[in-house]
Amino acid sequence: MTELLEPALRLQGIVKTFPGVRALDGVDFEVMPGEVHALLGENGAGKSTLMKVLAGMYQPNEGQIIIAGQPVRMTTPIEAKAQGVVLIHQELSLVPEMSAAENIYLGELPRKGLGWVDWRTLYKNSNAILERLNCNFRGEATVVNLSIANQQMVEIARALTVDARVVVFDEPTASLTDAEKVVLFDIIKDLKARNVGIVYISHRMDEIFTLSDRITVLRDGSYRGTLTTAETNEDEVTRLMIGRSLDLSRDTAPPKLGATVLDVRDLSCAPLFEGISFSVRAGEVVGFYGLVGAGRTEIAETLFGLRTAERGEILVDGVPVQIGSPQDAISLGISLVPENRKEQGLVLSMNCRDNMTLPQVQKLTSGPFVSSGAENEIFDKYRDKLEIKTPSWRQVVGVLSGGNQQKIVIGKWLSMKPRVLIVDEPTRGIDVGSKAEIHTLLRELAAQGYAVIVISSEMPEVLRVSDRIVAMYSGRIMREFTADEVTEDSLVQAISGIKTADAA
Amino acid sequence: MSNLTDITPLRWLMRNPIWGFVVIVFIFFSLMSDHFFDYRNFQNILVQTSTIGLIALGMTLVMINGNIDLSVGATLALAAAFAVDVQSWAMFATWGNWQILPAVSLALLVGIALGAFNGFIVWKTGVDAFIVTLGAMLGIRGLVFVYSGESSFYAMNFAYSDFSALSFGPFPVLAVIFLLCTLIVHLLLSRSVHGRNTYAVGGNREAAVNAGIRVGPHMMVNFMIIGFLAALSGVLLSTQMGAATPNLGRDYELWVITAVVLGGTKLTGGKGDIVGTLGGVLAIGILRNGMNLMQVPAFYVYVILGSILIAVLILDKRFNRTADGGLRL
Repeated sequence: MTELLEPALRLQGIVKTFPGVRALDGVDFEVMPGEVHALLGENGAGKSTLMKVLAGMYQPNEGQIIIAGQPVRMTTPIEAKAQGVVLIHQELSLVPEMSAAENIYLGELPRKGLGWVDWRTLYKNSNAILERLNCNFRGEATVVNLSIANQQMVEIARALTVDARVVVFDEPTASLTDAEKVVLFDIIKDLKARNVGIVYISHRMDEIFTLSDRITVLRDGSYRGTLTTAETNEDEVTRLMIGRSLDLSRDTAPPKLGATVLDVRDLSCAPLFEGISFSVRAGEVVGFYGLVGAGRTEIAETLFGLRTAERGEILVDGVPVQIGSPQDAISLGISLVPENRKEQGLVLSMNCRDNMTLPQVQKLTSGPFVSSGAENEIFDKYRDKLEIKTPSWRQVVGVLSGGNQQKIVIGKWLSMKPRVLIVDEPTRGIDVGSKAEIHTLLRELAAQGYAVIVISSEMPEVLRVSDRIVAMYSGRIMREFTADEVTEDSLVQAISGIKTADAA
Repeated sequence: MSNLTDITPLRWLMRNPIWGFVVIVFIFFSLMSDHFFDYRNFQNILVQTSTIGLIALGMTLVMINGNIDLSVGATLALAAAFAVDVQSWAMFATWGNWQILPAVSLALLVGIALGAFNGFIVWKTGVDAFIVTLGAMLGIRGLVFVYSGESSFYAMNFAYSDFSALSFGPFPVLAVIFLLCTLIVHLLLSRSVHGRNTYAVGGNREAAVNAGIRVGPHMMVNFMIIGFLAALSGVLLSTQMGAATPNLGRDYELWVITAVVLGGTKLTGGKGDIVGTLGGVLAIGILRNGMNLMQVPAFYVYVILGSILIAVLILDKRFNRTADGGLRL
């Protein structure tokens, strides 16, 4: 090693413990100037903890952070930024009612002395940054009025306010369209050319292999190794990440299809989605695949009576129906397991049993009181059926693992005896093992005669569970695939809005 | 903020429905009452409004910050008691009219200190501001009674009780103080770094922390500002009455919160402005004044105000529902 190759940033033996958890266990990590270093690991592997240590939000219990050869201590995000370390958050960390410019310079608004904001400098600088990012909005725009993708651009713009030494991108493409992705990649290349070290966190292997120079893998809070991207392949990375090769196969037994249960014709709710037609048969799993914001969740919400469609027909068992409220949907046998189980699916402070019986508790009465026996009966039945691991029904749902929480939500809707089960992002934030369990469960449910709709942003997931895949882009159905004809390439093209020549 | 340029008057009114209401009640009372449309009466309205208005300015800051302060009425009473009582202390007996200075200074300092106390507890313990200031409201009101021995203080110095009768040209001094404070707080909120960070903390606390904004000190400063304004309001009220009663300012916190919410400030924080609050305060002021002139019994004012509060919020919900895309919840 020559002196020229001093890393822009080096972490040595970082240990971070929380009460009862060793979140990081002696992690080493380094980024060279002008290098894109991908950081990989399953959910809970410690990536975000590591990033928070980097950004000065957590103090490591042991270990050293070395920036440009100097050991440093960073106690606040502002200090980290002053050292040239900028973190682009995965979850949008914006203030909705403020302007884009104010959000870009949040925490360090330019001043004119006496604590007044220097608006002219603020707008001039932020508009210059937004122009560099090819954004079609200006710094004066209020963030709440921007699309999710544009909000993400605001978040990214924050990295360009200082002369950064290291920029950490935490899943930056999760909500970007392909065109915006190209801009982002250009920015990353530009930063790289200016000798900035880039830490790139993503689950998308294709991005990691096109962008990165090296890959570091974390598992269960410990360092698993660093690979040079050019000398490795997806399989090796996956093995490091989860400790075995991922089984992407699905049970190939042809499904026993029943009658068409749900038929949707030309359903529209501009600008969210338009001209949506599809059908689901009993015993079938239909996967909806697309980018965030493609309109999949909104379709589910319409089917569940949370939104009103502008036009179009919904037929259940061949009979046109009006779904004006979730109550209507439930009585028609349509259930929705929502995207965000912690906010929309569960009352975290209530126990397992009460969560599960929530939608039907008014029917489970004896006299004026809720019948505990009837509730327990339902809970026991679905705990066994779904193999929910909880010490007792009294356990508060909030402390269960993500996989078990999701099973409680699924159990809740199964106990309502639905015909159609819509699951939105069923394995978000769930570890690999439980993921596989949920996938198997969804297949089994279909085999038992439920019509299942799975909405997912993870390609392996849709490929694994679906009999048919509906690819959506920007509120429209681009193409429908059967499990046999689908390929990863054609699927990616369809959800990116690219029409292929061989499209059916 | 400088985005007023691209907004038509109609759009502006849809965002600030309270000003539409102010105009409507203004026209209504001008037509219905012979005594309403009179420049003396306008002076009256401004003076009557200034008490609640001053506190509402501070409440706007605190509520945008994501907190609330229920202790303002009690703070007002304690400050008024100090302002009136301290003047007559023996040690200031020879000071002449200067005896007002230490009394008023002490009253204002007490307000700032109580605000700092509230803010400090909210900052350091993380206990909800509602609970902290509810406790403060009861505790401070108790202190007022202890201090005053359950009776009123009367101002012996006529310079003090004549103060409220002064005027700058056509404007009564109380109205001038109120409008001046309104301007200052408006600039503070919309133009200063502290003001913008106040929005950031209330709008998305996590984002503010991520951006390195020190949340606690900003909250404490806002509590100190509302403490100061409540005390100032108490002092001015006692000059009007020439006395400080231990029950002064009772229920004021409710009037103030009503005015601020009418003005479009969100209870959850992050949204609101002084222009709206001024509208809310004026709406209440005009309504009380006008109905008084029409000799409507005072309790009807409560019924009408309650209905208007709910109606304005319904209108606001209808006009400003873009964010959730019509999701039915």
